[in-house]
Amino acid sequence: MAKYKYNVLVCGGTGCQSSQSALILENLKKEVAACNLENDVQVILAGCFGFCEKGPIVKIMPDNTFYVGVKPEDAKELVAEHIIKGRKVQRLLYVDPETQKHIDDSKHMDFYKKQMRIALRNCGFLDPENIDETISRGGYEALGKVLTTMTPNECIEVIKKSGLRGRGGAGFPTGTKWEFASKSVNDQKYVVCNADEGDPGAFMDRSILEGDPHSIVEAMAICGYCIGANHGLIYIRAEYPLAIHRLQIAIKQAREYGLLGDDILGTGFNFDIELRYGAGAFVCGEETALIHSMEGNRGEPTFKPPFPAVSGYLQKPTNVNNVETFANIPIIITKGADWYSSIGTEKSKGTKVFALAGKINNVGLIEVPMGTTLREVVYEIGGGVKNGKKFKAVQTGGPSGGCLTEKDLDTPIDYESLAAAGSIMGSGGMIVMDEDDCMVNIAKFYMGFIVDESCGKCTPCRIGNKRMYEILDKITKGQGTMEDLENLKYLAEVIKDTALCGLGQTSPNPVLSTLTNFWDEYVEHVVDKKCRAGACKDLMSYQINPDKCKGCTSCARHCPVNAITGTVKQPHTINQSLCIKCGTCKSVCKFNAIEIK
Amino acid sequence: MAKIKSLADLRNMKSDLQAKIKLRENANNPESMVQIKVGMATSGIASGAKEVFNYLSEELAKRDIDAVVTQTGDMGYSYAEPTIEVTLPGKEPIVFGYVNIAKADEIIEKYIKNGELVEGIIPVNYRKVE
Repeated sequence: MAKYKYNVLVCGGTGCQSSQSALILENLKKEVAACNLENDVQVILAGCFGFCEKGPIVKIMPDNTFYVGVKPEDAKELVAEHIIKGRKVQRLLYVDPETQKHIDDSKHMDFYKKQMRIALRNCGFLDPENIDETISRGGYEALGKVLTTMTPNECIEVIKKSGLRGRGGAGFPTGTKWEFASKSVNDQKYVVCNADEGDPGAFMDRSILEGDPHSIVEAMAICGYCIGANHGLIYIRAEYPLAIHRLQIAIKQAREYGLLGDDILGTGFNFDIELRYGAGAFVCGEETALIHSMEGNRGEPTFKPPFPAVSGYLQKPTNVNNVETFANIPIIITKGADWYSSIGTEKSKGTKVFALAGKINNVGLIEVPMGTTLREVVYEIGGGVKNGKKFKAVQTGGPSGGCLTEKDLDTPIDYESLAAAGSIMGSGGMIVMDEDDCMVNIAKFYMGFIVDESCGKCTPCRIGNKRMYEILDKITKGQGTMEDLENLKYLAEVIKDTALCGLGQTSPNPVLSTLTNFWDEYVEHVVDKKCRAGACKDLMSYQINPDKCKGCTSCARHCPVNAITGTVKQPHTINQSLCIKCGTCKSVCKFNAIEIK
Repeated sequence: MAKIKSLADLRNMKSDLQAKIKLRENANNPESMVQIKVGMATSGIASGAKEVFNYLSEELAKRDIDAVVTQTGDMGYSYAEPTIEVTLPGKEPIVFGYVNIAKADEIIEKYIKNGELVEGIIPVNYRKVE
């Protein structure tokens, strides 16, 4: 085999692909071929590097040069300069926002310094569409080890001892879950991978499936061996076409190598996987609803018990785990429970992947050891709040989570600490908000999401959340009363106590956490009829500062509803009864005379 | 494609395929292995640095030495081109000058394998701005 001197990795995640990374890959391959460098340079499609903010990303190894914002036409220059002449292309290097220096080695980027990549170990390193790459890095060896040297119970013991907990959000110990399913006696059992990632702004599971599908296939087979199942199902939303495509390739390649199918590695163990596509309903991430959806029924949850471990898919014992949970399994088997449990905090072991989004400089996919503080994530890895604005809150756990504020920033990330601070770990969405975000409006957004996604089966969730949404809407329009705030709290508590499934029981969390942390803001909306962030349109008005207005008439000419009047070279005024608060006047004024009150 | 029939087969396949990702694995942990930088500015290339670079990366692989060979800009010792900087794990970098293929072979055999110093070392006469 050729001894390559360079490996050029091109990000093939959804984010970078939508910025033409596929064409970059093709161009680089052509360019390398044109220069007769095929024996020296290997151009590879890789999974997500995580630094989505600056995509498309091209990484050249062995020198770990990290090029950002690459365009297809840059391929020629990259090959001619970096590969042939050995000069890094300065203009494509990442520039450290603080020091303004070009950083050529990805190991020196603040974004990567604090990260520890376990679940993402192969993302941005291997070609996800090539099983040989996976095998060369020890892929399927954990499965081989389990099948040839361990009994199912021994393997479950290792998972239990590792301290791995469910990464879908609730944090149930994975080994214990497997044990329940293994103890159920039945002729047919199922392993299900929950890839129905639905939190707004979350893309951890998608990136793992796109970047390292073989780890999931391998982990599901290991789980099948442990609980006594021969059949695996991946429930994935149809809106993840690239992840589906890569999974299909991975399953096909694994079958061809005999790593799925009958008599795997000559051990007599049979296991195969099929894909099931979801229509993108949030509630189908709840395991009972997911199972009903796979059976072809409506995606509605049912009361637990019976737990799926006893009666799940087709009433057979079923073990459901989240994608990220599975991604941790092979490496725990290979490196051992003690290694895994040495990472993290006392009750939360290992690492957690987060999708950083919102008003943060480094939007992207990160993985940190449990116990890392929110401050480290937001400021050191995330690079702080965008445009130098003031940090206001960070939302974790999506529509089931809560907003944490400045005072909570030193909270270590683990299941218990986040819960104590009033939020949840959740599946890993992390949305940063700044001073321009109105917390009442944010609460309304999440409640609107829940109202859309509620399956309607139980009354508290179907009707209670709708009423909460209406109250929030009223408050953002300046028609709220103090009594409404009390009602919100009361309703929230009732829904938490009485809703049928996890979705309903956690749905009031964004409202409750903002009521606790931003009570002043709610009161301001109700009593003073003011929105300090300027996000609630009904509570603000555009006004012209007569001292600054030069009477240039620009605003009056641009106003779409002719709400601005005044004579040339005289201060203008806005007729508030006509104004639709579109903000056009503010953006066209050259003298900063338009103010939001 | 042939089926993999046992764990031993899988492991054999892994070692056969390892060359494919070896360079990436090494680049992930350069501190734990031999790191060589070859000065490859115009004057370096003109004096044969490219050949030395190719020789080093091929020979180190052949001789089963885990190493990361990268190219870098002009090191400033134009009189002594080609120049290379060798960093053994846990040691200070050492710069060698006038490195031709024979010299490169000597550096691998003596310095990299046994830590024996060879002729051609350029004393460090600069400080890096941290």
